[in-house]
Amino acid sequence: MSVKTPENMGPVDELKRSLLKKTSVFLGALGLAGIGVPLLSYLSPNRSTREAGKPISVDVSGMKIGEQKTVLWRSKPVWIIRRSEAMLASLGLVDGKLKDPDSDVAQQPVYARNEARSIRPDFLVLLGICTHLGCSPTYRPDPKSVDDTWAGGFYCSCHGSKFDLAGRVFKNMPAPSNLEVPPYHFSDENTLVIGDGGA
Amino acid sequence: MFISLLITGFAIFVVLNVLPYFKGVGAWIDRRLPIFSFLLDHLSYYPAPKNLNIWYAFGALAMVACAIQFISGIWLVMYYTPTAEQAFSSVQLIMREVPYGWLVRYVHSTGVSLWFVVVYFHIFRGLMYGSYKTPRELLWMSGVVLLFLLMAEAYTGYVLPWGQMSFWASKVIISLFSSIPVVGNDIVVWLQGDYEVSGVTLHRFFAFHVVGFSFLILAMIFLHIIMLHSVGSNNPDGVDIMKHKDRNGWPLDAVPYYPYFVMKYIPIILLYLFVFFVIVFYAPTFFGLFLEAENFERANPLVTPLHIKPSWYLSPYYAILRSIPDKSLGALMMLMSIVLWLFLPWLDLSPVRSMRYRGWMSRTALITVVGSFVLLGYLGLQPAVGWYLVMSRVATLLYFSFFLLIPILSYYDQDYVVPDRIPER
Repeated sequence: MSVKTPENMGPVDELKRSLLKKTSVFLGALGLAGIGVPLLSYLSPNRSTREAGKPISVDVSGMKIGEQKTVLWRSKPVWIIRRSEAMLASLGLVDGKLKDPDSDVAQQPVYARNEARSIRPDFLVLLGICTHLGCSPTYRPDPKSVDDTWAGGFYCSCHGSKFDLAGRVFKNMPAPSNLEVPPYHFSDENTLVIGDGGA
Repeated sequence: MFISLLITGFAIFVVLNVLPYFKGVGAWIDRRLPIFSFLLDHLSYYPAPKNLNIWYAFGALAMVACAIQFISGIWLVMYYTPTAEQAFSSVQLIMREVPYGWLVRYVHSTGVSLWFVVVYFHIFRGLMYGSYKTPRELLWMSGVVLLFLLMAEAYTGYVLPWGQMSFWASKVIISLFSSIPVVGNDIVVWLQGDYEVSGVTLHRFFAFHVVGFSFLILAMIFLHIIMLHSVGSNNPDGVDIMKHKDRNGWPLDAVPYYPYFVMKYIPIILLYLFVFFVIVFYAPTFFGLFLEAENFERANPLVTPLHIKPSWYLSPYYAILRSIPDKSLGALMMLMSIVLWLFLPWLDLSPVRSMRYRGWMSRTALITVVGSFVLLGYLGLQPAVGWYLVMSRVATLLYFSFFLLIPILSYYDQDYVVPDRIPER
């Protein structure tokens, strides 16, 4: 076998060189992806975390009218509020002051896209996390308890966002959208299942 | 999977096409922070002797092994809990519940063993070609320190899963300090932070493993490379390539590190990774050598496993310890079995570096010390009874006789004439 030197090698085969370069880049990218998939998947919730994030059942039979119950689902506060007729009536009165009165933004499952933002009007289920920067607003059902025109709702003490008794945000608030309604359904008259929208 | 491939491909495409517009940016940064010229000097323009053979790949492989341990280690710490109550179960959580946790953990546990394989071959290369001889004494000594740090790192890491072997291994090693006269027992309590190896001990081992020793290893590797690149690489012929340079100061027997050695090492690294992952996927415990069955049982301070054995990479030193029928002397000789290597550059009196040009005496000495080390490694995994004990005493004697005999043998040996330039073959 004769030794190849720059003198007897002939012209550079650009096609071969480009093919080798592209093959190397492709195989290198394949290798990086091969390393990336396990390293990135490792960071996602593990099986016990996913297990702990399954839907939860809540017994609502003992709840009084106007009462708020807070439960933890996936480490987040979920509010269950049994609304009175007066509270439901107040929803229609504030429509003009709301940013998204008809719940056009997809902050709720389709079955909760109504004025009461719930399956059963008497039971409101909301994720208790402000859509601004993640604080948990306070339930303030009493009229005039926050300001003179207050008809009852939720007030976020972090940055002053106000929501009505269906979790709809008022106009010109730091919070950009209505409070989120988690997926839920009633498995029977008194049992609420949070985290699963039912069949 | 497909999406990440697509994104990676697109990112590479964008970078390759946008990069030419930023040519000035690199130079602008380099004038202020010479990181690119530093990398070019050390990875590309570094003059490497043209006859470096496959033995020289082990240095590069040791760096790859180090990188693998750092990445997998960072990922493991995300779930590992360093308390006596939770350590064992958090490892089980990683193995069973965390996505690809089993892979990351097996990579880390296989990685340490293969790192030692690579490092032992790397050291053998240095012995064979006389890489410790002047002007590379400090380079060699930094390597001995690195071996010591690596052993400390491996040992502290071995304790973390808090299985039976973890617990009893940590107890045995810490007990070695009790052989120090007068203050020994107080030192043991001080090291343990408790009257017994406990969760307190585990927690400080965690600190040393994850932050202390690993940081020192990184710093020492950096110094090791700085020292190597300032005196230049030795080579299989032991010829000093700096003696003959061209008008530009480039050694006549050197070729630039890139592309010649980078391109040579890449397939070797790929081969290493292939072997690595065959073990990870098909034999992660490696027949009880990489992960012992006893360590899949939670630490129990009341029950010692019937057969305590160290990890294979520490077993030669363990065999020396057991072969000496005196506690203090055993611990001392175990320490000396590494410390003595620090003095090798001054114990070897031969003017010739490479074994290629050394006589039969030096070669016999090298074979003896390497052979007895391997034998000790085997014996350290066997019970210390009967012939095993006799053999380990013989091997210990042979091992230490190297340090006594090498000055004499290397002085009187009939060496061959070392050529002035690297010979053409």
